[in-house]
Amino acid sequence: MTTETETPLLAVRNLSMRFGGILALNNINFDIKQGSISAMIGPNGAGKTTVFNCITGFYQATSGSIYYQDGDSTINLVQVLGEKLHFKYVLNPRQLASRLYYKMFGGSHLVAQAGVARTFQNIRLFREMTAIENLLVAQHMQIVRNPISGVFKTPAFRRSEQAAIDRAHTWLEVVGLEDDANRLAGELPYGHQRRLEIARAMSTGPKMICLDEPAAGLNPKETEELSNLIRLLRDQHHVTVLLIEHDMGMVMDVSESIVVLDHGEVIAEGTPHEIENNTAVLAAYLGEDYSTTVAAPDGTGAEGNPQETNNS
Amino acid sequence: MSLQQKISLRKALIDGFWSGLLALVIFGPISGLVLQGYEVRNELIRPLLMALLVGGGRFLVSCFAQSEKGKRYVDGLAGKRGAGVTVASLKKGKYQYLVIPVLILAGLCLPFVLGKYWLTVVILALIYVLLGLGLNIVVGLAGMLDLGYVAFYAVGAYTLAMGAQYFHLGFWTLLPIAGIGAALFGALLGFPVLRMHGDYLAIVTLGFGEIIRLVLNNLLDITGGPNGASAPPPTLFGLEFTRRAKQGGIPFHEYFHISYSPTYKYIFIYLVLFTIVCLMILFVTRLKQMPMGRAWEALREDEIACRSLGINHVTVKLSAFMMGAMVGGTAGMFFATYQGFINPSSFTFFESALILAIVVLGGLGSTVGVIIAALVLTILPEVLRDFAEYRVLMFGIAMVLMMVWKPRGLIRIKRRAFNAKGVTS
Amino acid sequence: MDSYIIGQQLLNGLTLGSIYGLIAIGYTMVYGIIGMINFAHGDIYMISAYLTAIILAVIFSFGVTSLPFALLVTLLLTMVITGVYGWAIERVAYRPLRGSTRLAPLISAIGMSLVLQNYVQVSQGARNQGIPILIDGVVRLGGEEQFVQITHIQILIVLASFIGMGVLTYIIQKTSLGRQCRATQQDQKMAAILGINTNRIISTVFVIGSAMAALAGVLVTLNYGSFDFYIGFIIGIKAFTAAVLGGIGSLPGAMLGGIVLGMSEGLFAGFVSADYKDVFAFSLLVLVLIFRPSGLLGKPEIEKV
Repeated sequence: MTTETETPLLAVRNLSMRFGGILALNNINFDIKQGSISAMIGPNGAGKTTVFNCITGFYQATSGSIYYQDGDSTINLVQVLGEKLHFKYVLNPRQLASRLYYKMFGGSHLVAQAGVARTFQNIRLFREMTAIENLLVAQHMQIVRNPISGVFKTPAFRRSEQAAIDRAHTWLEVVGLEDDANRLAGELPYGHQRRLEIARAMSTGPKMICLDEPAAGLNPKETEELSNLIRLLRDQHHVTVLLIEHDMGMVMDVSESIVVLDHGEVIAEGTPHEIENNTAVLAAYLGEDYSTTVAAPDGTGAEGNPQETNNS
Repeated sequence: MSLQQKISLRKALIDGFWSGLLALVIFGPISGLVLQGYEVRNELIRPLLMALLVGGGRFLVSCFAQSEKGKRYVDGLAGKRGAGVTVASLKKGKYQYLVIPVLILAGLCLPFVLGKYWLTVVILALIYVLLGLGLNIVVGLAGMLDLGYVAFYAVGAYTLAMGAQYFHLGFWTLLPIAGIGAALFGALLGFPVLRMHGDYLAIVTLGFGEIIRLVLNNLLDITGGPNGASAPPPTLFGLEFTRRAKQGGIPFHEYFHISYSPTYKYIFIYLVLFTIVCLMILFVTRLKQMPMGRAWEALREDEIACRSLGINHVTVKLSAFMMGAMVGGTAGMFFATYQGFINPSSFTFFESALILAIVVLGGLGSTVGVIIAALVLTILPEVLRDFAEYRVLMFGIAMVLMMVWKPRGLIRIKRRAFNAKGVTS
Repeated sequence: MDSYIIGQQLLNGLTLGSIYGLIAIGYTMVYGIIGMINFAHGDIYMISAYLTAIILAVIFSFGVTSLPFALLVTLLLTMVITGVYGWAIERVAYRPLRGSTRLAPLISAIGMSLVLQNYVQVSQGARNQGIPILIDGVVRLGGEEQFVQITHIQILIVLASFIGMGVLTYIIQKTSLGRQCRATQQDQKMAAILGINTNRIISTVFVIGSAMAALAGVLVTLNYGSFDFYIGFIIGIKAFTAAVLGGIGSLPGAMLGGIVLGMSEGLFAGFVSADYKDVFAFSLLVLVLIFRPSGLLGKPEIEKV
C-alpha cells in the first residue's frame, strides 16, 4: 500500500461489479500514483479487463467509487456515467438534477475528457481511415469544431487544423510511423496498428493512459521497443501509465508497482520485487500445492515461473 | 501442382437441377396461378421458364466456380470486402479545375434547351440528388441506418403548404424555416433513439416515418388528410410565375412584357434548386474535411473507440441526424413547390427505400456516387417507361446484388491524403 | 366503463395478439441466432396469405367438398412453400453477407422485401384479393342487450397459435435440432467447433420462422378474407414490436409480447382512437426500446468492449 502524503492520481475504493448473478469484482481497492507506471496482472478471468472498463468508463460499476484527481478537484468516474435514478432523489432536487444530467449526457466520453485514455485488447482503430486521420479524430475535443467556421474555412479554423495535423505528425514520429501517415489504418501491419493505437490515445492529451495487453502478439524485439516507448511516454510526456499484461518479463521490466487480481479480488499490491516473492501470487498462478512445496523455501524457483505460466 | 482439375459436369447438373426445382416451388404458385376472384388462372408456363432460367444459371455458375479462374474470382469476392477505400495521391488531377466549372455551366444552360416534360424530370432528379446527399450524411458517413428519412421530406413539404395556408408566408421565408424545422424535428426524434443499437435504430426510424404519414393522413382538419394541400410556387423578388398574380404581386411575364409560359416557373425552380444542390455538394465536401465529418466517419467505423477518445457519440450522431434532416426538409420544400400540391401518399416507406437505394448504389459515403445514382435511378425509369411495373423489383434486386457483390458501392471511395510534416498546403 | 366492451376489445386483442406472436417468432429467432432484423419477414407473411388463397382455389377447383381436409392441406402446403421461401431468401440475400459490414445484411433485407412485394404485385396484380368466408358462426356470452361475441374463427386462431407455439417450444426444448439451435444462438463459433453445421441451423431457423408466419397468414386470411401485396409491412413492424416487447431472442417472450401488444392496441382502438392505433403501436415500440430494451422476458445485453 502506498503511504505517500501526495494524493494518488487514481484511487479505487470498494469497487464491485456484478453481471447478473456473477460477482466479477469484489470490493477492489488500490491507488495509482501520479507519474507512475503500474501494471495489473492476474490469471485469466481474474477481472483485470473489468477493472479497466470500470476505470475508463465502459462499465458502470455496481457499487464503489473511482476517484480521479483532476488538478485540484476530484472526479468520481463512476458518477459521470449516469447512476440509477431512485425515487428518494425526488426530495433532493440538486442531486436529482445532477444524476439526470449524467443520465442524459454522461458516458464514457466524459471519462476520456477528464484525461483517461485507453487502448483495447483487440485493436479498435478506425480501419477505413488513414493513420493520420485516426490521430485527428482523437484531437476532436481540442480543436475548432464549429461547423460554420469549418464551412467558411475561417483563419482560426485553418490555424487549428494545421496545428492538429502537426501534432498528429509529431505523434506519428514518436511511435515511428511517419511513413504510414497516409495509409489506411486497417492495412497497417499488426505491430504498427498497436503503436498507432497508443499514439491515438496519446493524441487526446491524457493525464493517464490505460493499455490493455499492449504486447499481445508482438515479438520479443517489438516488446522491447514497446517497453521503451512506455517509459518515454512517462518521462517525456508526463503521463501516468496503467497496463494489463500477460508478458511477465515486460511487466517486471517496465512497471514500478503491480496490482495482482484473482477471482475479482486484489490479492497483492507492491513493487515487482515484492510481487515476485509473494506467496499468494504464486498460489494464484501455480496452485496452492506448488506455492507451499516448491516456491516457499527460496525465491529462486519462483522468479522465472510466472513467466512460464504465460506461455501455457 | 499444375494438374488441371476437370470440371465435374455431374456436380453442376445436380446443382442446377435442385436450384431449378426449388425455383419451381417458389415461383410456381405465385406467378403460375393468378387469382381471379375466387378462382385461379393457369399461367404455369411462366414459373416453368423462370425455373429453367434459374436452373440453367445455377448450372453455368457452378461450372464457372469449378474452373481455375472462377475459383480465383470466388476467393477474391470473399477476400476483398472492405477494400473499397483507397487514399488519394497528393498530386491533384490536371483537369480537376476544368471539369467542375464546365459541369456547372452545363447545368445552368440545361433548362433552356429542355422541353417542359424533361425539365420536370430533371427537377425531380435534382430533388433526389438532394435527398441522396442528405441521407448519405446519416447512412454513408455516420453509419446509422435511417429508414424513415421520408419523415423529414414530409415535414419540409408540409411546412411550405401549411405555412402558406395558415400564416400566408412565402416560399423564401419558409425555405429556412423548413430546413431548421426539419432539423429540430430530427433532434426531437433522434435524441431518445440515437443511443440505440444500430438495427433498433433502423426499425424505430421506420416506425417514425410511418407515424408521420399516419398523422398527416388523420389530421383532416389541419392537413386536409388524404385530400392533400396546395403549396405555393416560388417568386422572384415578388414576381410570380403564374398567369395571374395570386400572392399579391405582379406576374413575371407581365413585368418583362413577354408572353406567358408555364415553363418559366420550372426554369426558375430548376435554377434555384441547382444552386442549392451545388452549395450542398460544396458543403458536404467541406464537411468531410472538418472535425465534425471526421467524427461521423469515425463513429461509423467504431463507436466504442470514439467514446474512448472523449467524443460524445450521442451528440455527434445527433448532429449527423439533424444535418440529414435539414437537407431532407429542404428537398421536401422543393418537392412541394414543384408539384404545387402534396398529400401523404407521396411519403410512403417506398420513398425512403428509394432514397436508401440511391445511397447504397452510390457507394455509402461517396458524394459523386450518390449524385450519379440519383440521376440514374430517377431518369432511367423515365426512359424505360415500358418497364415501369418492374421498377421496384429492379431496385430491390440491385440492392441485394450490390450488398453481395460490392458492399462498398460501384465507385471507390478516395480518402484525402495529408502533406508530410512541415509542408503546408 | 362498460365491462362488455372491454371484454370484447380484450378478446379481439387476444386474437390479433396471437397472430403478432406467431409472426414475432420469426423475428425473435432470427435475431437471436444471427443478430439481424429480417426486414423481409413481414413480406413472407404476405406471401403466405396469397398462397392460402391460391391453394384453396386449386383444391376447390378439383371438386373437394370436405372443408377440414381442404384447410389442412392448405395449411401444410402453405407452411412448406413459405418455408422454402424463407430458406431461399436466407441463402440468396443473407448467407453471402456473413462477416460483411453491419449495415450490409440490413440493406440486403430491405432489398429483398422490395423484391417480394413487387414480385407479387407484378404476378398477381395490384388489386385487393380475397377468399370467401369459409368458417362462420359465433358464440355469444352475456345477456340479450350486452354480450361479448366470439367468432369460431377467433377460437380457431387462438387455439392454432397456442398449438403451433407448443409444438415449436417442444422442438426447441426437447429435440436434438432444438438443442443445436440453442447452442448456435449462444455461441456460433463454439457450436461450429463442436461439429454443428451452423449454416444449416441458421437456414432451419429461417424455415421455422417462415412456417410460423405462414400459419399466421393462413389464419388471418381465413378471418379477414382480403389482402393485398402491401399487408406485410405494417404487420411486420408490429410483430417486431411484439418481439421487442417480449424481449428479443425469447420464444415465450414473442408470444407474450404479441398478446400484450394486441390487447393494448385493442383497448386503445376501442377507447381512444381507432385511427391512431398504428401510431400507438409504433410509439410503444419506441418507448420500450428507450426504457426497457431487454423487454419483458429478455436478458439485458452487455456491451462487449
